[in-house]
Amino acid sequence: MSFPQPKPEVPQLPQNLLRTIDCQQGAVRAVRFNADGNYLLSCGSDKSLKLWSVSRGTLLKTYSGHGYEVLDADGSYDNSQLCSCSSDKTVILWDVATGQVTRKLRGHAGKVNCVQFNEEATVILSGSIDGTVRCWDTRSRKFDPIQILDEAQDGVSSLKVSEHELLTGSVDGRVRRYDLRMGQLHVDFINSPITCVCFSADGQCTLTSSLDSTVRLLDKSTGEMLGEYTGHKMKGYKLDCCLSSKDTHVLSCSEDGHVYCWDLVEGSLMLKLPVGKAVVQSLSFHPSETRLLTAMEGRVQVWGAEPEETEEEVVVVQQEKA
Amino acid sequence: MASDSDSDGDFVTFGTPLEPLEEDEPLRKPVPLYEQTVKDEKGRYQRFHGAFTGGFSAGYFNTVGTKEGWTPATFVSSRQQKAGRQNARPEDFMDEEDLGDHGIAPRQITTTADFASGRKDVIRDKARAITSLSAPIPGDTVLEDLVAPARSSMGVELLRKMGWKDGQGVGPRVKRRLCKQRADSATRAFGSASPPNGSSESQDEEDGEFVPENVTFAPKDVTPIDFTPKVDLHGLGYRGLNPLAALRGGPGTGHINLFTMDSDRTNSLFGEDRKGQRRRGGVAGQGFGVGAMEDDDEDIYHRDIMSNYDTVLGGEEPGNGLYGWTAPQQYNRKKKDHSKDAAYLGKILEGFTLASDKLETKTIFPPPNLPRDFRPVHYFRPVVDLSSVSPMVAQALQTSRGHMAQEEPSKGGRHQLDSAQRRELLGEATLQGPSSVFDLLKVEDRERLSSLRRPSSDTSSGPRQPTPGEARAAVVAAGVAAAAARASAQKALSSRFAPHAEQQQQEALSVWSGPTAQAQTGQTFKPFERTPHKQARYDLYIDQLKQGDRDALELSLDPTMTEWERGRERDEFVRAALLYKPSSSSLSCRFTRGKQDDGVEADTVEVTRDQENDVDDKQAAVKMKMFGKLTRDTFEWHPDNLLCKRFNVPDPYPGSGFVGMPKVKRDKFSVFNFLTVSESPTASASPAPQGVKPSEPGKRSRWDVSGQAGDKERKEKDPVSEFLSVARIEASGSGPEASTTDGPTTDPTVEPDTEQKEEEEEEESRPSMDLFKAIFASSSDEKSSSSSEGESEEEEEKEEGVRSKAGTGPQISNQLNVNTTQPAPPVSTTPSQHPDILFKTPSGPAAAPPPRDQEMEEEEFGPRLPPPSSTLTAERRPSPTPSAKDDKHKKKCKEKHKAKKHGKHKKDKKQKKKHKRHKHKGKQKKTKKEESSDSSSEGSDGNGQEEGGGVSTEELLRRLKSIRGKNLQ
Repeated sequence: MSFPQPKPEVPQLPQNLLRTIDCQQGAVRAVRFNADGNYLLSCGSDKSLKLWSVSRGTLLKTYSGHGYEVLDADGSYDNSQLCSCSSDKTVILWDVATGQVTRKLRGHAGKVNCVQFNEEATVILSGSIDGTVRCWDTRSRKFDPIQILDEAQDGVSSLKVSEHELLTGSVDGRVRRYDLRMGQLHVDFINSPITCVCFSADGQCTLTSSLDSTVRLLDKSTGEMLGEYTGHKMKGYKLDCCLSSKDTHVLSCSEDGHVYCWDLVEGSLMLKLPVGKAVVQSLSFHPSETRLLTAMEGRVQVWGAEPEETEEEVVVVQQEKA
Repeated sequence: MASDSDSDGDFVTFGTPLEPLEEDEPLRKPVPLYEQTVKDEKGRYQRFHGAFTGGFSAGYFNTVGTKEGWTPATFVSSRQQKAGRQNARPEDFMDEEDLGDHGIAPRQITTTADFASGRKDVIRDKARAITSLSAPIPGDTVLEDLVAPARSSMGVELLRKMGWKDGQGVGPRVKRRLCKQRADSATRAFGSASPPNGSSESQDEEDGEFVPENVTFAPKDVTPIDFTPKVDLHGLGYRGLNPLAALRGGPGTGHINLFTMDSDRTNSLFGEDRKGQRRRGGVAGQGFGVGAMEDDDEDIYHRDIMSNYDTVLGGEEPGNGLYGWTAPQQYNRKKKDHSKDAAYLGKILEGFTLASDKLETKTIFPPPNLPRDFRPVHYFRPVVDLSSVSPMVAQALQTSRGHMAQEEPSKGGRHQLDSAQRRELLGEATLQGPSSVFDLLKVEDRERLSSLRRPSSDTSSGPRQPTPGEARAAVVAAGVAAAAARASAQKALSSRFAPHAEQQQQEALSVWSGPTAQAQTGQTFKPFERTPHKQARYDLYIDQLKQGDRDALELSLDPTMTEWERGRERDEFVRAALLYKPSSSSLSCRFTRGKQDDGVEADTVEVTRDQENDVDDKQAAVKMKMFGKLTRDTFEWHPDNLLCKRFNVPDPYPGSGFVGMPKVKRDKFSVFNFLTVSESPTASASPAPQGVKPSEPGKRSRWDVSGQAGDKERKEKDPVSEFLSVARIEASGSGPEASTTDGPTTDPTVEPDTEQKEEEEEEESRPSMDLFKAIFASSSDEKSSSSSEGESEEEEEKEEGVRSKAGTGPQISNQLNVNTTQPAPPVSTTPSQHPDILFKTPSGPAAAPPPRDQEMEEEEFGPRLPPPSSTLTAERRPSPTPSAKDDKHKKKCKEKHKAKKHGKHKKDKKQKKKHKRHKHKGKQKKTKKEESSDSSSEGSDGNGQEEGGGVSTEELLRRLKSIRGKNLQ
């Protein structure tokens, strides 16, 4: 008697280029949305970190203080602080409004690949090529890390933090998940250097991309593989992968200048987004909307589900002039 | 007004009767509209308002004023009477209508509503009257009625004149029986679906209510209607669905009627026969349809029946037969209270009935029994500021008061906790360092303080006793005397044996009771080992010292011994305690313990307790895509306490004293240590040809182990490099050796070879130095140094490649195989048989040397970063894939270096080279990346091709061929 369920709306993919931002800061090593997705951070190889408005594509602030190229950045939940890491082996905590360095955290022995705030921005976690993850306290005045996680046998390439868990991907081909609540460390062997790890939005799965050109979706609790996504090219560079905001799709950068987008359940390639000719280095998915950031060379591109008529032309024109 | 038809005598006439119409009078002309005006006594048009309140006159066609309009008042100059007429009063603007009887400011005395004791609303007034009856003081409005000016409306006065009394209904008096019957017949006549509750009726008739035949009653008074303002947006009478009632589903929810037209009467009517078929749950009722699971569907459509409506205006109230509130009480109460009164054993007073609900009895608790010696006088204890007094004094005070020290802070809230208490609450470790200021004092000062303190503590305990003044003073004096006596006795006792014994005891106490001493549990020093009893006593002494006991010495000594023996032992103990005191706290906080003890435990090493499972198994599992149990290891891991706090997570191991993975000490040279490290190649003792030293596996940094795998893989997969390798093989003609070198090593069936073997092969296949010299005769010293650097880098690379093969498993070696062995048929010649063949072994690394600039050098540990913007490199690299370009370019450089320096290289230059590279850093940083990629070939820039950067593949191939040709000649 009951009516059939209305067919669920087909999830939209960010396939329309909304705007291109020329960051003017060398190669963009990473691009990140802030907590609410209204702003983006671009990490430049010219030692600068820049804050942009996503909707307008305007530069809001430049944070300079790093000694070498900036490799990753993250914004706190309340948008009051930023943290960034660099090849100069430091992690810097920034004040967003003033652009001043709140603290500069030294201690890593090599360049720092990845950095994340925890949920309340009380701890900064940074993973470095020296194989350690360091937990820096932002509350106390101590400049020493709270704890050093040196379980990785090789450089830590990627790092994600959830409520009480810490996910690290290392070049030794292992994904480590530190469960603070349980006091356990789970190590998943992937057998290929990990380039990027992600939690799914529901917190049940982890996504890992590795240098064997494969993205794998693993069950968080058991470590079983739920999905495997191939087709892209990731062989030498540390490129990002991510999940869409509603966990419907898996996205990954590729060295062939595309962003590959697979259906999470079926594993079929849904979209091959042509970003450019060079390597798509970084990408970031909007926390709630269908919006995607990609970084290629010195440009950041914003992709959305529906094309946006306004301003786009102007930006493109400016781009050409430049 | 109505009148009874059957009685003629009581006609009442009101008003003035019309003139009787006469037959012959002609019809009067109708008065036209404009002449139907009301005039006042002066013949003017009667106005409804005075001028002040609007001046509206129903005069000229109900317009203002007259036909001519409104004329303003004549102008009066105020020139002469400026001072007099400064302020106009309101009355100045009023005319007589305003000042008249009905105007705004009447000139005669009338009653106003302001003083009518708030009697504006008759309905409210009546409601109040009803409630006042049930109030504790019945009729509290009576007084008010007496005092307040009576002002009743004309209607009420008329009614009173007609014999109406307050509280009665309006209408002819009826007999009780008749009235009831009429109501019943009315409901029957309109036909109700369900039978009326005749039961109650029959009961009414049966219970013999006192109804005399000749007595009539006034009709029931209509109770005032409750006017609740309508604030919602529903339709009139619509109530909306109460979700609680709709979803509750228990008994009692029947048909949910959304309209209020059915009063409690209909509920009582419907309630009985519907009880059986109640819905069990869910939203149901009018307008909601019937679900699939419901078997009855009669409720969907609301059946509207006439019995829902009142048939009589203001008809009688449903249940009780209350004839107004003035009805005699006993008649309507009688039925209800019948059973209860009967059940009551005892006499009920005349005119009283049994209460329906019992009065709630208050439980009264008796006051507490006072102790016998209680005196109702409060004595205030002396308030001692704990922060100003030394902690010992404070503690003595508190214990003397009968309080424990811990009880104090609980009263004060968290802001009054001191740091130690906070630390205890948080479960943190004690800070290293002196615990109190006393530790920092000199011994003499401490002594003096303690001697001062002792009497003071005694005196402070004195006034606590609530004895009268003289007694208190006596006690204080006694206490002081006793303390002094004790101190002097002690002193005398101790001074007999050692002059500074007391001082030393104090010192020992302060030293051993410090936090650092507490922490040092593993105390190994046993001065009196030979006499176990003595040692036991000494241990006891030390224990008590640690607890901060001042009488430690006296307590620990054997009381059976002689005085002299005890004195000696006392002396000995104190000296021993001082001699082997724990390292001073102020000092110990400046030093940390060595990670590894150099002494006894030197040959043990700390390793993590839990080791990973076998990597080979995992690799197999990964290959079969069997992720899960096989590829997962779970370890115990201890997060830092502070980290847990920052993550708002309880510490999973609250008592654990370490963080990270649990470690165990293992024998440094145990076989088991090496068994676990499966990836580290075993150094074989095979002789290295050409004097090349085998590389030390231990010297390798651990992060360049498998990190290079990515690079390697990428390069191997590179189409250009692939092409190059193919071309190279072709260039070597039918060279059977082409595939020889890589063939065996990358055979997927072969287990990852030890590095040593690989190197052997490499070394063996290298051409002699003369050959290179013949080709590149112009190489200078500088070049040689730089190129040897490049060379050794290659070596390193090779190693890394090989290691990555070993480390990352068969997948990669498969790829290698694809690249190298596919184009040429596999030939089974071993490379060692052809040591003179050029470019066989190095082909792999030569095909894909990594970029050698400073950044890339760092990045060779793991996945690299893509090159910067192509806008910077566009002119340099026309080809779209930067990695390919990169490789191509660098390949070429490498080839050259290799060709030049092959014979020279030494394995052990690896370390040196690293230093060199660091030296180069400064220079390289300034250059662009692409240029710096060339910097590894600083010396060999003479060729000029490096500056061009973009050397085509053909060019490269051609050169390769030429080299090979020379070589073969």
